Amino acid sequence: MSIFTRGFSGRGRDDNPALPPGQYLTEDFPVLSAGPTPTVDKADWEFTITTETGETHRWNWEQFMALKIDQVDTDIHCVTRWSKLGTSWRGVSLDTLFADVETSAGYTMAHSYGGYTTNVPLDDLLDGKAWIAFEFDGEDLDPEHGGPARLLVPHLYFWKSAKWVRGLTMMENDDPGFWEQNGYHTYGDPWQEQRYW
Amino acid sequence: MTEHLDGNVLAGPLSELFRDDMTTAIGRCAHCGDVSVLATALVYDAAPGWCVRCHACGDVLMTLVWAGDRLRIDLRGVTALEVGD
Amino acid sequence: MVGAWLVGTVAETRKETSTGRSILLDVPDWPGNIAGQHVDVRLTAPDGYQATRSYSVASAGDGSRVQLAVDRLPTGEVSPYLVDDLMTGDLLEVRGPLGGWFVWKPEQTAPVQLIAGGSGVVPLVAMLRSHGASGSTAPMQLLYSVRAPHDRFFADELETLGNVTYAYTRAVPAGWPSPPGRLTKDALAAATLPASESPAVFVCGPTGFVEAVATWLVELGHEPGAVKTERFGG
Repeated sequence: MSIFTRGFSGRGRDDNPALPPGQYLTEDFPVLSAGPTPTVDKADWEFTITTETGETHRWNWEQFMALKIDQVDTDIHCVTRWSKLGTSWRGVSLDTLFADVETSAGYTMAHSYGGYTTNVPLDDLLDGKAWIAFEFDGEDLDPEHGGPARLLVPHLYFWKSAKWVRGLTMMENDDPGFWEQNGYHTYGDPWQEQRYW
Repeated sequence: MTEHLDGNVLAGPLSELFRDDMTTAIGRCAHCGDVSVLATALVYDAAPGWCVRCHACGDVLMTLVWAGDRLRIDLRGVTALEVGD
Repeated sequence: MVGAWLVGTVAETRKETSTGRSILLDVPDWPGNIAGQHVDVRLTAPDGYQATRSYSVASAGDGSRVQLAVDRLPTGEVSPYLVDDLMTGDLLEVRGPLGGWFVWKPEQTAPVQLIAGGSGVVPLVAMLRSHGASGSTAPMQLLYSVRAPHDRFFADELETLGNVTYAYTRAVPAGWPSPPGRLTKDALAAATLPASESPAVFVCGPTGFVEAVATWLVELGHEPGAVKTERFGG
């Protein structure tokens, strides 16, 4: 049993209704990473969607930038308890990328340059809920924030928004990704405070 | 540059599981076979949990996740640990 | 048992710099510590939320009085509390002493080169103190890279602890022979024991500083295994 620390309340505990439970507001953009920042040249970059039959859809940077681009204004919530409101992104909707993909599998595994993985149900990527984002605040996405491009799934905790994303693989089952194997919640809804198993 | 710490910082958390000081323990990397004291591992603490990587090849040695009042340690990348003077 | 949480009482706090202070803790169950070890400090909010961080111990040896020194990180959660809010008489939970690798023991006879960046000087001060208290005859010297004279931790004590060289990165004292600037490989070579003397080298500071210095030391001929590092983060 631990003692309480006089005068320590922890950060946040804000009453702002835009904040999910247990989150505090930040103005800066903390860099969270489980490893070194990979160097990914746009000339070598590609994004793939691989279905359960092994069929692969592939975009290089030029093809990707020729797709319909969305402006996205959204709040983001990190499991380390910071939230950032009103962030501004540009990216390609997963609806656009999945338009020609035939699949009956219900789950996806996002794979990143550098080896990171995270699992997301397909339903959470469609209907205007997720993007492959390449611009933040009017600038190219910094490598330390996931550039050239990252997954953006803002309604889930931000570890689901895989940095340096390079592809999605369809899965029949909701297999856990990197952090999900090791104690983090398989779904990660910030409003339900689904931080851990 | 992505910041990381040294394995020294693992001393406290690993003392939850091990009696000996584990930062002077020798570990073998499952990926490249490097054999080093854990104090020299790279600890990426700016993440949902801590990700501990081999200083030689950069592969993941272990992860530590604090889930409420429980600590979960995954030793996926360590094939051997040795303690003693 | 290593991992037990101990309760200390703050005996005194001392302002060290404009952003940092040292904290003297009385920890009745403290077993004493080796120079260079650290503690984990755990803060608990009324709603049960806890935050834990590691801090180097500036003291060494027997006794139940433990000295920590903390620099306030602007975006930190724990360091602002320790630097601005903690008061004499407060209780603080610590776990330690921790770590058996980044340590110096009086029975070690090899020459020692200590290299600090900013508040990374704290565990190295413990080594200088241990060295002095033990009457060790092993040569020991410190290179301390710091922003400005008023940013030095333990400034007065370092004057008496012996062989210290300063490298100022932003501002220098009046009459200083060279302008402020980032430490360079040449300046490092000039201010530290050469590899030919096979010193044990301890480097502590922010990640970028430690990375640069450790790389230069190896380029200057030091055995990688003789260079021990401790990075501190945010």
